[in-house]
Amino acid sequence: MLKFIIKRLAAMIPIIIGATLVVYLIISLTEGDPARIMLGTEATDEKVEALREEMGLNDPILVQYARYMLNLCKGDMGISYKSRNPVSVEIGARLPNTIRLAFCSIIICLVLALPLGIFAAIKQNTWFDGFCMLISLIGISMPIFWLGLLLILLFSLKLGWFPVSGAEKLSSIVLPALSMAVRSMASIARTTRSSMLEVIRQDYIRTARSKGIPERLVIRRHALKNALIPTITMIGLQMGSLMASSVLIETVFAWPGIGRLMIQSIMSRDTPTVMGCIIVLAISFSIINLVVDLFYGLVDPRMKSMYS
Amino acid sequence: MNKENTIQKNSNVSKKKKRKKGEFSQAVKRLSKRKSAIIGFVIIILLILLAIFADVIYDYEEDIIKQNISERLISPCAEHPFGTDELGRDILARIIYGTRISLFIGITANLISMVIGSIFGIIAGYWGKKSDMIVMRLMDVFLAIPGLLLAIAIVAALGTSTRNLIIALSISGIPPYARVMRGAILTVRDVEYIEAARAIGARHSTIILGHILPNCMAPVIVNATLYIAAVIAATAGLSFLGLGIQAPMPEWGAMLSTGRTYIRQYSYMTLFPGVAIMITILAFNLLGDGLRDAFDPRQK
Repeated sequence: MLKFIIKRLAAMIPIIIGATLVVYLIISLTEGDPARIMLGTEATDEKVEALREEMGLNDPILVQYARYMLNLCKGDMGISYKSRNPVSVEIGARLPNTIRLAFCSIIICLVLALPLGIFAAIKQNTWFDGFCMLISLIGISMPIFWLGLLLILLFSLKLGWFPVSGAEKLSSIVLPALSMAVRSMASIARTTRSSMLEVIRQDYIRTARSKGIPERLVIRRHALKNALIPTITMIGLQMGSLMASSVLIETVFAWPGIGRLMIQSIMSRDTPTVMGCIIVLAISFSIINLVVDLFYGLVDPRMKSMYS
Repeated sequence: MNKENTIQKNSNVSKKKKRKKGEFSQAVKRLSKRKSAIIGFVIIILLILLAIFADVIYDYEEDIIKQNISERLISPCAEHPFGTDELGRDILARIIYGTRISLFIGITANLISMVIGSIFGIIAGYWGKKSDMIVMRLMDVFLAIPGLLLAIAIVAALGTSTRNLIIALSISGIPPYARVMRGAILTVRDVEYIEAARAIGARHSTIILGHILPNCMAPVIVNATLYIAAVIAATAGLSFLGLGIQAPMPEWGAMLSTGRTYIRQYSYMTLFPGVAIMITILAFNLLGDGLRDAFDPRQK
């Protein structure tokens, strides 16, 4: 297992370097001279040039990128143009909120998706199956920010059960987490259903049934373990969409997370913060993928053997 | 010798045409048996018709963007079935006109991604070895950034405009197409009729365009249908964030963003544009799912 982890880690490093380089190059295309933005329009050209030299803006872009990444390893992501605070402090204050929201939504998603997918497969071609698949199709097609608005309309404004926005109360997380969960839930339920359908037609399930094992145990012990392998892949894929969703949902619910910080920074042309947010999100996505892959290796021995 | 070649070529082509026609008509037959796919297809046709004739039904300057303060924020009624917005514009008219914008961006970005992604996929899948390694590692790097995030980064850097939005969405769609195309090519690259084409000295371009591509289009078409849905959702999402289509153009996501401001008193403003987005995405998903099942060889 250790060999598998090390090989997978080694494979991830060039991907992270590549992804951060792509983000760095894209954000570097942003119009406007950072030195000029920091000093203001009244500063003389000499002063701007001196600051450019000091900030290393005259160096080749790859040198600037290498410097940025080395500083990032030390926790330094530059200074925000807007708040004048270190970007790392700004992001550090909001990242726990985003993680909390993502964690809650993935829990809601799994708690709903797995039973839905499994029961839809067991009860294939019944009204329950049809209903589950209809719900999941609507879930996949519904723009999550619109779902967020509808939930606000019903549960906050009409019923008054949850706060409209912010993160002050404990219950504030329910609506944003639920809106984020629905789309992923729909995809995971569909995958679980189809992989479960494939598995319950296998010979070993027939064998288990013919041995007289109760249906409940056949499903839990024999079918589920194998059916969940594609589901784990889907959960990994959904992490990326959850991350992208967080940008939209945090904006809808004014949730003080890194996604909202990013959008606010784009609006105020605060390039270092935008860069920091996107790079942190891209690295987190790679790390989550690594964790999912490691877990995959744990449950599917075929995967592990590919690396040994 | 030349004559033999020609005869062989001709028989190859005619056999392939026969087979291709058979496979295609079988797929269409399977597709027509799926009610959900037909529903999706019909909705898409209706949406395309609405998009084409939007400017016949409404005058862009007069009905879509002209402010009419005396009629602002009217709740749904006989004259304005979906109500009016904060500037007195008819929401139904704006939603219908919005179809044109969403479909235009969805189809354009999709076509650009498809062409560029397929070229990358062909380079990787057909030539293999080093070019495969280089292209696919590059695609892995792009896939390591969630699509919407990559699009946001591009729009943030280039600035908000319809053109930049299309560029952003096209770039984030390239890696999935490259993967799909490469995978499809790998399944046909070494089959006999490609070997035969190589053996008679056909050029790479002839082999790729005449023999490989027609046999690789099924997964690409499925991906295209599903990706249009994703692009329409992303367009609405980015416009909702203020990074996509700018006012006064009637874009569904931007309309929802305005509706959010008035959600307490005028909730109908957040209702209808969302329904429009959902129906459009649903239609493409239904058709995409149907196409995937129809083209899936396991279904035969």
